[in-house]
Amino acid sequence: MNAETPKVTFGFWLYLMSDCVLFAGLFATFAVLRGATFGAAGVGDFLDIPFVLTETMLLLTSSLTIGLSLLFARANNRLLTLAFLAATLALGFSFLGMEVSEFGKLIYENNGPNASAALSSFFTLVGTHGLHVLFGTVWMLVVMAHVAVRGLNESTNRKLTCLALFWHFLDLIWIFIFTIVYLFAAL
Amino acid sequence: MTLRSYIIGYILCVLLTVAAPALLWLHVYNHHRFPTHLELGIAFAIFALIQLAVQLIFFLHVGEKDNRSNLPSLFLALIVVCILVGGTLWIMQNLSANMQMDDSINQTYIGGTITPQAEND
Amino acid sequence: MFGLLTFQSFIHGPIETIPELMVVGGGVFAVLLITYFKAWGKLYREWIVTVDAKKIGIMYLVLAFIMLFRGGADAAMMRAQQAISMGPGTGYLAADHYAQIFTAHGVIMIFFVAMPMMFGLLNLVVPLQIGARDVAFPFLNSVSFWLTAAAAMLINFSLVAGEFAATGWLAYPPLSELQYSPGVGVDYWIWALQIAGAGTLMAGINFITTILKMRAPGMKLMQMPIFVWTALGSMLLVVFAFPILTVTLGELSLDRLLGMHFFTTDLGGNVMMYVNLIWAWGHPEVYILILPAFGLFSELVPVFSQKRLFGYTSMVIATMCIVFFSFVVWVHHFFTMGAGADVNAFFGIMTMVIAIPTGVKVFNWLFTMFRGRIIFSTPMLWFMGFISTFIIGGMTGVLMAVPGADFELHNSEFLVAHFHNMVIGGVLFGFFAGISYWFPKFAGFRLDEAWGKRAFWAWVIGFLTAFMPLYALGIMGMTRRLDTIDPSMGWHPLLVVAALGACIIGLGVLFQVIQLIVSIRNRERLAAGGDPWNGRTLEWATHSPPPPYNFAHIPQVAGRDAFWIMKKEGTSFQKGSYEDIHMPTDTPLGFVIAVVAGAFGFAMIWHIWWLAGISLPIIIAIIIARSLSTHIEHVIPSSEVARIEASYKQS
Repeated sequence: MNAETPKVTFGFWLYLMSDCVLFAGLFATFAVLRGATFGAAGVGDFLDIPFVLTETMLLLTSSLTIGLSLLFARANNRLLTLAFLAATLALGFSFLGMEVSEFGKLIYENNGPNASAALSSFFTLVGTHGLHVLFGTVWMLVVMAHVAVRGLNESTNRKLTCLALFWHFLDLIWIFIFTIVYLFAAL
Repeated sequence: MTLRSYIIGYILCVLLTVAAPALLWLHVYNHHRFPTHLELGIAFAIFALIQLAVQLIFFLHVGEKDNRSNLPSLFLALIVVCILVGGTLWIMQNLSANMQMDDSINQTYIGGTITPQAEND
Repeated sequence: MFGLLTFQSFIHGPIETIPELMVVGGGVFAVLLITYFKAWGKLYREWIVTVDAKKIGIMYLVLAFIMLFRGGADAAMMRAQQAISMGPGTGYLAADHYAQIFTAHGVIMIFFVAMPMMFGLLNLVVPLQIGARDVAFPFLNSVSFWLTAAAAMLINFSLVAGEFAATGWLAYPPLSELQYSPGVGVDYWIWALQIAGAGTLMAGINFITTILKMRAPGMKLMQMPIFVWTALGSMLLVVFAFPILTVTLGELSLDRLLGMHFFTTDLGGNVMMYVNLIWAWGHPEVYILILPAFGLFSELVPVFSQKRLFGYTSMVIATMCIVFFSFVVWVHHFFTMGAGADVNAFFGIMTMVIAIPTGVKVFNWLFTMFRGRIIFSTPMLWFMGFISTFIIGGMTGVLMAVPGADFELHNSEFLVAHFHNMVIGGVLFGFFAGISYWFPKFAGFRLDEAWGKRAFWAWVIGFLTAFMPLYALGIMGMTRRLDTIDPSMGWHPLLVVAALGACIIGLGVLFQVIQLIVSIRNRERLAAGGDPWNGRTLEWATHSPPPPYNFAHIPQVAGRDAFWIMKKEGTSFQKGSYEDIHMPTDTPLGFVIAVVAGAFGFAMIWHIWWLAGISLPIIIAIIIARSLSTHIEHVIPSSEVARIEASYKQS
């Protein structure tokens, strides 16, 4: 292993930790403002548990597939690495599609982010996570191109490791969005 | 980092994720008597925290030989997250209680003394 | 085409036109100067594309000093206004312009003077002190610097086009919301800070990785120089506090751009949430700045007392305690907002507790000096100035940590005096000490002592004259940020004294400029070898200025004060023969990313959507292109290393 890999993965881990704090700020805002609905819908009013559960399962499964892709990369199997990355990508896009449709429906029903402070904080928290997922998919395409063209080597393995960390991390954040934003709204 | 660990982690996560809506269904089925709202809330929080641990161990491989140096920064991050979220909730709840913004006012506007009508004047 | 930007945006009142012309004139003058000396190629090859931490450090310092003049000019204008204002409508500044000036002063001094000065010193010193050849991510380092520089340029450009925020340096809503600040001023503030903040976060990650992963063989954590420890603490605060700033600014800009309601006064928005969040970042920020100053004093006090540092372990523990406690004190910035006695008491007590590790440090420095053979050189004088003014500031800080007292003193000139005591007396004096201490390492010659001492005395006397009256004014009831002073309040005599103090500080700055010029002219006489102060840590073990690769051989560390041990035991890590050295290759991409990011910020400020729409994909494309590139390292052959090393021996 060359000296670069531990540095890069550790530095990237630090970025993820700082991103934790970023989401903590958004969660704190949501927790404070969730009751400030000002006549517009609260999350409890449009809560659709099966829908959110599907989103959660998509992301959770994509977390498994990217893990498997990493395993196959370590085993030097380029084809299966790419196949599982493609599966992850498909799951990621499905998740994003569901989120966009949820947002679109809300905005169409005049419950957009500027309807109330509660909705502002909801859209910003969930949307920031969604933007991270979007960024992750773009990154995944780049890594797939790397693996396809250059094969599996120290450098592509390192990129894949960081990407997998990022993707797992997003799933972790989603678990808390699922619990705090959606499930708690059912109480 | 093996196939086994990923599969175990995935199954645990699926169970923990499905358990929460299942309890919610039980709650509705039992006419909100069991589990109670409070018990539900606590259960949801516990499921999420267990899933945090499961994912950290089985997916993010925290504490394994290669990335032991990740642990201190993880603890620090968790502490900061707790301080920030917990502190914010405490401060803001205390503020609104002391500024006599009871829940009926909270429903309409927190922290503002100007009503939309007054602003238009 | 140009969004909100029109020709009218460039037209200002007579007073505002002067700084506008100065910015434009300064830019044109700089371009002409560089062209006259035919320095464009040199500027590009040696500075813009560099990924060498030492050069990036120097650029950070240059940026800091340029912005210090800007921020200092703002300060002088405020002092002049308060000294001559005799009731409403008097003085030479309009109320709105005055508000922009005090906002710009605060923002510039914290973000574009203190922060770059700190990062400058970190870049210059940390890799050398841990025996490394560069930072962990050299390219990221260049991106960090150029983002900071781009943000600084954005702020300066607000003098030319549009206006700056007139909200105070933290832009509390609802004043900073679109309803009450419809202009572009607050947007300049938001985007300059977002861009600089992104650079700062990257630099934080970079330095933590450098410190934890790149130490010379043998250097255990508890053998790191204290400056490295405090740098680590400060960077941990950066990584864990700056995201909170990002969130807060992001939410404010969503309010302004997309009509959301986080902090508005209608539809459920909560202004107090903003105050809570911004200080959850803002308090750690103060310690981000002061910790490296503590660290560098822990380096230079032993050297100039000619003694080992007293209480190394307690120093490390105190540093880490400060890192932790700085996250649990933020309410002391808004005791008066309306929280109950329980919240206020908790945060008040925590604030007093944080004085304990700080006190430990002060005693450690004093015990280091005790029975030492103290050399009163300029860096040591700055330390003495620091310790006396910092203790005054610390005392008044603990005083205000009592919520009851704070209700009287909040937002008064007393507070202004307190935090200037910490930021000038603490941070700035600290960085001046550090710069004069490490200057010989990076220039190859020492700074002139006589002019250095003159500058020091002018600064200290000026500082006391300018800020002690403010304590009295605060107790007399004068609130901060006043553009008109009623003559009947009886504040004028003290305000005139304060203005006089500002003039003396100005003299100090002048002396520093003279000091630099005199030192450059006498550089032959002031020439410094590798180790001009009889130093103890590894940065003195290499040449001055260090070669691009810092150390021809990576040192082997045997304990604390690694270089001191080598000198005492007569060992050396230098070997006869040299090996090839791998170094990162220069690239202009960092500069390009920052230019595009600056354009993105400008587009967001002025609502030029097409520019914002293309600049973000360009940045992503550049990053992808960079990830494809394989030419990121080059080799300095052993023969070249031998030639460079021999050239040092000759001179």
